[in-house]
Amino acid sequence: MLEAYPQNRLARIVLWSFAALVMAFLMLPTLVVVPLSFSASNLLEFPPHAYSLRWYENFFGSATWMAALRTSLILGTLTALIAVPFALLACISMNRLGGKTAASIQGILLTPSVTPGILLAIGLFFVLAAQRLVGTLFGVLVGHVVLAVPVACIVLLPALARFDWNQVQAARSLGADWARAVGGIIVPQLQLSLLSATLMAFLTSLDESVISIFIASGRNSTMPKLMFLSLRDQIDPTIAAISTLWTAIVVVVVVIVALRQKA
Amino acid sequence: MTVTVDPALAGDARRERRFFLSLSLPALFIVGLAAILPILWIIRQSFLTTGGEYTVANYSKVLSSGLTWSALVTTLELSLGTLAICILLGTPLALALASARPRVANLLMAFVMLPLWTAILVRTYGWLVLLRRDGLINAALTGSGLTAEPLPLVYNFTGTLIGMVHYMLPLFLLPVYAAMRDIDPNLIRAAASMGATLGQVIRTVIMPLSAGGIFSGSVIVLIYSIGFFITPAVLGGGKVNPLSTRIERALSTFQDWGSASVLGILLLVLMALIGVMLLAARRLLAQNTVAASHA
Repeated sequence: MLEAYPQNRLARIVLWSFAALVMAFLMLPTLVVVPLSFSASNLLEFPPHAYSLRWYENFFGSATWMAALRTSLILGTLTALIAVPFALLACISMNRLGGKTAASIQGILLTPSVTPGILLAIGLFFVLAAQRLVGTLFGVLVGHVVLAVPVACIVLLPALARFDWNQVQAARSLGADWARAVGGIIVPQLQLSLLSATLMAFLTSLDESVISIFIASGRNSTMPKLMFLSLRDQIDPTIAAISTLWTAIVVVVVVIVALRQKA
Repeated sequence: MTVTVDPALAGDARRERRFFLSLSLPALFIVGLAAILPILWIIRQSFLTTGGEYTVANYSKVLSSGLTWSALVTTLELSLGTLAICILLGTPLALALASARPRVANLLMAFVMLPLWTAILVRTYGWLVLLRRDGLINAALTGSGLTAEPLPLVYNFTGTLIGMVHYMLPLFLLPVYAAMRDIDPNLIRAAASMGATLGQVIRTVIMPLSAGGIFSGSVIVLIYSIGFFITPAVLGGGKVNPLSTRIERALSTFQDWGSASVLGILLLVLMALIGVMLLAARRLLAQNTVAASHA
């Protein structure tokens, strides 16, 4: 873009040094926890004097953390299994209806992602309290699904726009019912986008913390809730081990999505 | 010429429309149940006493408290401070990335997006490790003799602001980078060939053409900053209290549902006010762009 200015080497060096500093700022907190998680010491020394896997053993040996991990994985899976079909149906609907109707549906479906998490959390808390459902897995699940639906829609809507609807018309005129047309034509062709949407919905639930903090409790506490509570009390290198594992999982998921989309 | 539509076909079309509309119902139902109903419930709760009778006492209690007003000020300071730093750091970074070759740019973008994909609590923990009194940054500063005493970098406004900027910067960068990538390089070549300096090109070609992206990025930053909870709650160490942490304290510590709801309503009103201002700003921006293109 700026190749018309080869003589401004100094300006370019300044710009890129600044950019490098900002990029370092962005990556620093994620990367710094990795060596700490392998430290043998109780203290947060950097670089660690000796290495060990004790914080990983601590994590996998802790009943509380394991229960939270299980809760988070179950919640993430259920969230994806519910949110993605809901989002797919809604996207088919918006794709076919078009115009103002589709725009209003989209507007309503996107509200949860622009509403502050704290408002959704306390509102949901009041609603669930009236039904005596605070602290249940169901309560957190509802909150996570409502956040995952817009995320899945953002992935699926452009994919459906590229889909040739005449194929469905053809199948329908040959006698396929709607379920057959959706299951036999739309789903196979949107396979990759559906996979991305599923993984994104799963990650949305895994990372969601505010609703979990207010709604989840006891046995149903999620990983983010436990991490939040332990960060407030004291800093234990176990969290560094958890953080490293978590980031590794997320990077793997994102790389899978990116490679799939390229293929 | 009028086209007469077979009534049977028109009926079919209507039926098909209804069918497609019905496909949205599950998603709309869950949004209604888990997002819209809860917001309405906050409004209802704000007018209720602990016993369940209607009252406006919650409002007079919250609005007459000095803590509420300082929470409002803190919310605005954090949001606007985050936005200002995002613009200062993000715009040059977007310019650098947009001027790089596509392969390099894509690779660097992947790294820039890494924090976006890192769990918020993981990042918050990372910042605690870096910023604490005995943290890595203070160890480096005192170790190298740059400062005699460790600096108070966290459990205060500074730490909260650092954490928030770190969260918002990738979100700000995406639309700005997209806008800059879309600028036709021929415009810059044309300006250069007619003798514009690099500074002039940035000021009169690149910045006006990326204004839309900077605006979208700013909207995203403001929407997410206004009600941000995790970062102030952890990195603020109880000393930085925007509306969000006040709401949590009212609900969790004091079991005061009425005050929590009124503070929630204040947050909603603040969002609405900012929304109106942003709409006005967008109209102004659109007019200026039209005026500039006619000048």
